[in-house]
Amino acid sequence: MRSSLCALWLLLLPLLVVAQQRVLPLDQLRSGLHFAGSDVRALQADEFGNPGQLALQRGEQRWSEAVGPAGKSCFQCHGGVAQSMRGVAARYPAVDARSGRLLNLEDRIAQCRQVHQQGPALVLESEDLLALSLYVTRASAGLPLRVEVSGPASAHLLEGERLFMQRRGQLNLACTHCHDQNQGRRFYTDALSQGQPNAYPLYRLEWQKLGSLERRLRGCLVGVRAELPDWGALEMRQLALYLGWRGAGLPVEAPAVRK
Amino acid sequence: MTQARLLLPQRVAPGEVVKARLLVAHPMETGYLQDLAGKTIPRNIIRELSCEYGGRQVFRVEPSSGIAGNPLFEFCFRAQFSGELLVRWVDDEGRVGQLRQSLRVQPAA
Repeated sequence: MRSSLCALWLLLLPLLVVAQQRVLPLDQLRSGLHFAGSDVRALQADEFGNPGQLALQRGEQRWSEAVGPAGKSCFQCHGGVAQSMRGVAARYPAVDARSGRLLNLEDRIAQCRQVHQQGPALVLESEDLLALSLYVTRASAGLPLRVEVSGPASAHLLEGERLFMQRRGQLNLACTHCHDQNQGRRFYTDALSQGQPNAYPLYRLEWQKLGSLERRLRGCLVGVRAELPDWGALEMRQLALYLGWRGAGLPVEAPAVRK
Repeated sequence: MTQARLLLPQRVAPGEVVKARLLVAHPMETGYLQDLAGKTIPRNIIRELSCEYGGRQVFRVEPSSGIAGNPLFEFCFRAQFSGELLVRWVDDEGRVGQLRQSLRVQPAA
């Protein structure tokens, strides 16, 4: 009995260590906006000119639009986002109780479309899905990130941490080398950010459109010349969960703009 | 689906020079880029965009492929009367977009 308790404790110990210690102290957390140039910051702050506003408009239309054989819209079940979706985006990625899978907000919306509305599938990175995701995220603007890392999510968090620390690609770099050890220093013309996930989905001037955190992470993987996982791969969700935990407390930004 | 946003001042006095801000949802594809699957995206930019105020053209632009996606335009015109602004644009695919918005001009009290 005692040895089994002991074994259980040993099993849980690394989980507790991860869940208790912050990588970055709360007062040292910096959104990517902090590292952006003044023109990008001005564009994000411009309530009219921020190109994310167009996506928000689109998301609002999609939210109230009836789809599928039942003719149900998001609005019919959830009502307005301001109340029903307040704080939701700050909790993703999260383990879905129904399927047991680790889902990000886009996955969750696509699943709702499939299961409840039975409408045409929302493909990852499609404009409609990103617009809906931004519209839902907007309802959490200013609220602190707080992903759930206990219970079924704890194993995913550990895996996400391992992925963050793992060297990869021809340049043989891990996320931690740039975003923990060299944050704030120059990488060519850019400042290396902390790699915070608090503003996604966001409008990147490089993309000329809205994109997800997953797309941004893929950009980094291309940068270190690593193999790309499939879209929607579990490892990307686990990495996003780790980032969410690492940035816990940062306020959600929506609609955000980056270079 | 075409989308655009036009911002005009709320209160305008007759003869006042008004600044309009116009944000148009358009990919402005240069023709040099590839999609996420690696396929080249054909060029598709706004060929011509114009704005009429009470039937008279007050702004016209022929953007090039050097203009960013979802372009933001700012232009000024003199507001003499209450009327409608009609913004129209056409792109390489021949798609036409338009936006109507009315401007109210009130004498200062």
